[in-house]
Amino acid sequence: MHELSVMDSILKVVLRHAASNGVEKVVAVGLRIGKLSDLVDEWMQHYFDYLSKGTVAEGAVLKIERSPVIFKCKACERDFPVEMAEIRTVACPACGSGDITLIAGREYYIKNIEVV
Amino acid sequence: MADIRLIEVKEEILSDNKTQAVQIRNDLRAKKVFLMNLMASPGAGKTSLILETIRGLKDAYRIGIIEGDIDSIVDAEKVTREGVPAVQLRTGGFCHLDAPMIGMALDEMDLENLDIIIIENVGNLVCPAEFDTGAMRNAMILSVPEGDDKPLKYPLMFSICDVLVVNKIDYLAGSDFDMAIFRDRVLKLNPAIRIFEVSCRTGEGIEAWTEWLAGEVKSLST
Ligand SMILES: Nc1nc2c(ncn2[C@@H]2O[C@H](COP(=O)(O)OP(=O)(O)OP(=O)(O)O)[C@@H](O)[C@H]2O)c(=O)[nH]1
Ligand SMILES: [Mg+2]
Ligand SMILES: [Zn+2]
Repeated sequence: MHELSVMDSILKVVLRHAASNGVEKVVAVGLRIGKLSDLVDEWMQHYFDYLSKGTVAEGAVLKIERSPVIFKCKACERDFPVEMAEIRTVACPACGSGDITLIAGREYYIKNIEVV
Repeated sequence: MADIRLIEVKEEILSDNKTQAVQIRNDLRAKKVFLMNLMASPGAGKTSLILETIRGLKDAYRIGIIEGDIDSIVDAEKVTREGVPAVQLRTGGFCHLDAPMIGMALDEMDLENLDIIIIENVGNLVCPAEFDTGAMRNAMILSVPEGDDKPLKYPLMFSICDVLVVNKIDYLAGSDFDMAIFRDRVLKLNPAIRIFEVSCRTGEGIEAWTEWLAGEVKSLST
């Protein structure tokens, strides 16, 4: 699993914004991660703690929001969310078409940081 | 205690990787080198398919290989025995290759004298799917013994690939792998994906695959 390299990238972005804003301490990091990612919250925090030791982000809490997997129907052009458990049987809820395509659910997005 | 402030960041985490991947793609396009990223589970047949591809295309194209699989030079040696250059990336247990690593491998290759470069990514259907390597096409192999349920378990991998090679079809007889159901599951995740059924053992279907690849390479220079 690649938690470590993903967390390293997150930390770099956080530290860059902290430095350019003259931040003393980062207390929280707001993240939005697509449900198709297999990263586990607990391990992300664990690795973040490990990597951020001795930086202004040491001890920051990750506030992770999971964004839904969204498909788009090619027949009627509607977007609709799908639960991972339903991926095997997915069809358009509006028109029933099976001609659908994945449009969201794999993003890694840093929303904001809470700082003092 | 000081007040807590909120600073908007609004950045994609993998943006560094993405930027570098786009740059690699542009550089290679200018040099007319076709880069393909090949992903699969361990043992699905990545090295076998690369060897078959080399045999099918080496008279017409100059091919190079980037071996990303976990610290063993076995695969790189098999490839160089076919007379094509291979760069072994020491990933030291990494679960995926990213654009910076591919950039380093490309620095060691003679790009002026290559038409096709194939990346043998780390054997894993999860992590490699999340990192753009700079390749022009993403390909994956799913081998028959792995089962027809894999699109359900690894939807991201199936959704990011341009082409899927179903390998080891010589095992189809007597297995419970249902090709029709499998195709249906794959196409649901990714209606645009190209699917080739091959056997690296018997050679069945390999020609259709190499013809497709040759077509992709040609479209690069038009
Ligand atoms: N029966 C059969 N065996 C195959 C086929 N393709 C590959 N194999 C065998 O499957 C095994 C693994 O093939 P490799 O090409 O080494 O697979 P790989 O994905 O490169 O494996 P790693 O690099 O170790 O992850 C070898 O013993 C191959 O001979 C096929 O089409 N049919
Ligand atoms: Mg191999
Ligand atoms: Zn519809």
